[in-house]
Amino acid sequence: MSDALVRMEGIVKVFPGVRALDYCKFELKAGEVHALVGENGAGKSTLMKCLAGIYHPNEGRMFLRGEEVTIPNPRAAQDLGISIIHQELNLMPHLTVAQNIFIGRERADKTRIFLDEKWAENETRRLLKLLHLNIDPRTKAENLTVAKQQMVEITKAISFNSDVLIMDEPTASLTETEIEDLFVIIRKLREEGVGIIYISHRLEELKEISDRITVMRDGNYIDTLPTATTDIGTIINLMVGRTIYQDAPHVPENGDQPVVLEVKDLNRGKEIIDVNFHLKRGEILGFAGLMGAGRTEVARAIFGAESVDSGDIYIHGEKVDINHPKDAVKHGIGYLSEDRKRYGVVLGMDVENNTVMACFTNFLQKLGFVDDKATRRTALEYVKKLDIRTPSIAQKVKFLSGGNQQKVVVGKWLTADSEIMIFDEPTRGIDVGAKSEIYNLLNELAEQGKSIIMISSELPEILRMSHRIIVMCEGRITGELTAEEANQVKIMTYATMRNNNPKEMVDANAAAVLQP
Amino acid sequence: MEKIKNFSLRNFFTSDALRKLMSFAALIIIFIVFSIASENFFKFSNIIGILLATAVNGILALGVTFVIITGGIDLSVGTMMTFSAVMTAVFITNWGLSIPIGILGGLLAGSFTGFVNGLMISKMKIPPFIATLGMLYATKGLSLIISGVAPIYFNETPAFRQIATGSVVGQIIPGFDIPNAVMILLFMAVIAHILLTKTLFGRYTFAIGSNEEAARLSGVNVAAWKTAVYAVCGLFSGMAGVIIAARLNSAQPALGAGYELDAIAAVVIGGTSLSGGEGSILGTVIGAFVISVLTNGLRIMSVPQEWQMVVTGAIVILAVFADVMRRQRN
Repeated sequence: MSDALVRMEGIVKVFPGVRALDYCKFELKAGEVHALVGENGAGKSTLMKCLAGIYHPNEGRMFLRGEEVTIPNPRAAQDLGISIIHQELNLMPHLTVAQNIFIGRERADKTRIFLDEKWAENETRRLLKLLHLNIDPRTKAENLTVAKQQMVEITKAISFNSDVLIMDEPTASLTETEIEDLFVIIRKLREEGVGIIYISHRLEELKEISDRITVMRDGNYIDTLPTATTDIGTIINLMVGRTIYQDAPHVPENGDQPVVLEVKDLNRGKEIIDVNFHLKRGEILGFAGLMGAGRTEVARAIFGAESVDSGDIYIHGEKVDINHPKDAVKHGIGYLSEDRKRYGVVLGMDVENNTVMACFTNFLQKLGFVDDKATRRTALEYVKKLDIRTPSIAQKVKFLSGGNQQKVVVGKWLTADSEIMIFDEPTRGIDVGAKSEIYNLLNELAEQGKSIIMISSELPEILRMSHRIIVMCEGRITGELTAEEANQVKIMTYATMRNNNPKEMVDANAAAVLQP
Repeated sequence: MEKIKNFSLRNFFTSDALRKLMSFAALIIIFIVFSIASENFFKFSNIIGILLATAVNGILALGVTFVIITGGIDLSVGTMMTFSAVMTAVFITNWGLSIPIGILGGLLAGSFTGFVNGLMISKMKIPPFIATLGMLYATKGLSLIISGVAPIYFNETPAFRQIATGSVVGQIIPGFDIPNAVMILLFMAVIAHILLTKTLFGRYTFAIGSNEEAARLSGVNVAAWKTAVYAVCGLFSGMAGVIIAARLNSAQPALGAGYELDAIAAVVIGGTSLSGGEGSILGTVIGAFVISVLTNGLRIMSVPQEWQMVVTGAIVILAVFADVMRRQRN
């Protein structure tokens, strides 16, 4: 085919002990958005890193506009017009936006010694304007929101005048409106003839933005399909290689259960304002809202990880003082952080020690020795119960997949006898197959009488899992919906319902300026 | 417009401006306190003494600033300094080379040991703490071996002393006898500042410390620039070596260990983050002065040397604690 911008054929990439890519092929046309999907570990990122010069394939050929190319390093890829936006943000937080965008391509001024900052700033300003972004080139990257940092990455990629733009999960940390902004930019680039490779787990998104979809599984190329005539179910089936039901039935209503947790008049500055709610036994309470709505703040406040200005917490009707996570653990509250790798598990420690970490004192013998047999028994029990896929309990957690790491965290809080479990974005960065396992696990926990607060930015997830949904916006609870009455439109309406009390309107506006 | 104004004001209070202001304010306060406490403190001769005492540690600290901004550490600056001093003495006294050539040789010796540090860290992937700890011992040993475990004097080349203790300024403006060593410190500080803020070298120093992987993926040759940073640190140590040799009119091979800690303390007091990515030369210079003003002032007030150390330690901890508090507020 002569019209292919990029063609990759028979790509093999072997890592020690793993065949990450097994004779994969891929093709990108100019002016198309080509989605690349597959479960975690399917080889999408590896394939793209071969194209971007970060990895070198062991076998296979790559063609750019019909000509065979070898790409020895990231620089060579950039010179060929191939840019990649990585899954993890790759900015230097202490450098300014302009410095970040032109890192590695700085220009000297007339003296040939000093850097030409003016040039970089003006170029950056021009690029940002092109993308209709309101960012000062002289702002340090660390002072930008995650979304804006993402936009800076995109600006950087565009600054290479690339013909090929690879986006690895660009929307993972963006809100709905920011995703819309991103799509506007993508469509504009597509019109200009740029070929865009788009990796994402959010399949609804792909329906909206992509022209073709290539599915990968276990390092193999599976199929390439036109988006318009393919439904999501088909894609999922190709991805997992088996039929799974994306829409599990709702857990039956549990109206008569006793209230386990009650939060009254919780306040902290502008982040948490007059938050009141209760949680029943065996209930999954969804917390919906846009990023920065204050959901995580509420969760961390209840867990004692952050202080509050005022507010009372009642557990089983009794008022409790929670000033520190250890108080929360004592009262049977477990918190599963959205940032699993930073706050949930100790990556360098094994499954066994992670499992018993929250309640080590229960495993102490006389003189303070740890009862190894008991910890081993407990760890094995939960590995089995939660179906954690690990070669042994001595495996370090960092070698497990995201879904299995999440299960280890669940096991940790079950070991600690938690009655109330707060899941903050439980499926972030977890692939479709593992997602439904996490959903089943949540349902099972609820059936066993555990009470669950689930914070999620994915509306389908909230709608599918929750008995009841609380929606937050700018630190306030703006709405509460039962499972029957809830739908995406209602939730989004509440999630964008700003405070309209005129006296405090000014504050709300100021907050909007600070977190655009 | 109102919003923009607010925004920049907010930036100011959370920015480097405040942290620089804080260490500078601390220096001024210490200065005032000592001036009130002792009439011998605020005298021209004593101020000159303080400046002269800052020269060596200040220059060492300038070099370490680059290393610390990359997120690394250099424990070998003190003994690299001694090594350079010994090599300078060998070239001038033992081999009879001219003073400029001897100094150049000393600077090269320092740069070379720094370069080796850089290679160990960027190519052999040895953690900076370990690599430079090894270099600390190695250069200490080499200084003793090469000198024959005895000081080498510059008695036949009296002009060499002038490099540190003479005063070019005093010749131009009579009575204003600022020693050359101090002028060299200021000159080196200006060079270091320009290097750090205006050139590619400085930009990559920050970039590597801020996010090394991102710099690498942006096509920056991280290994080469890192090696260069350690070599530059070695060069500054070499300069300090020349100055200390000139001040003492001799290369003292047993000297040097412990200087690295003073240098790191100066950098830290100056607000450079040990986790990399931020820092400034102005801060380091202020930090170096804080240490020498403290030492000098406490000595004038007859506080025993042991207690001077305790105070210095407290100041280092306080400086970092203030910085931690500032960050938490953001």
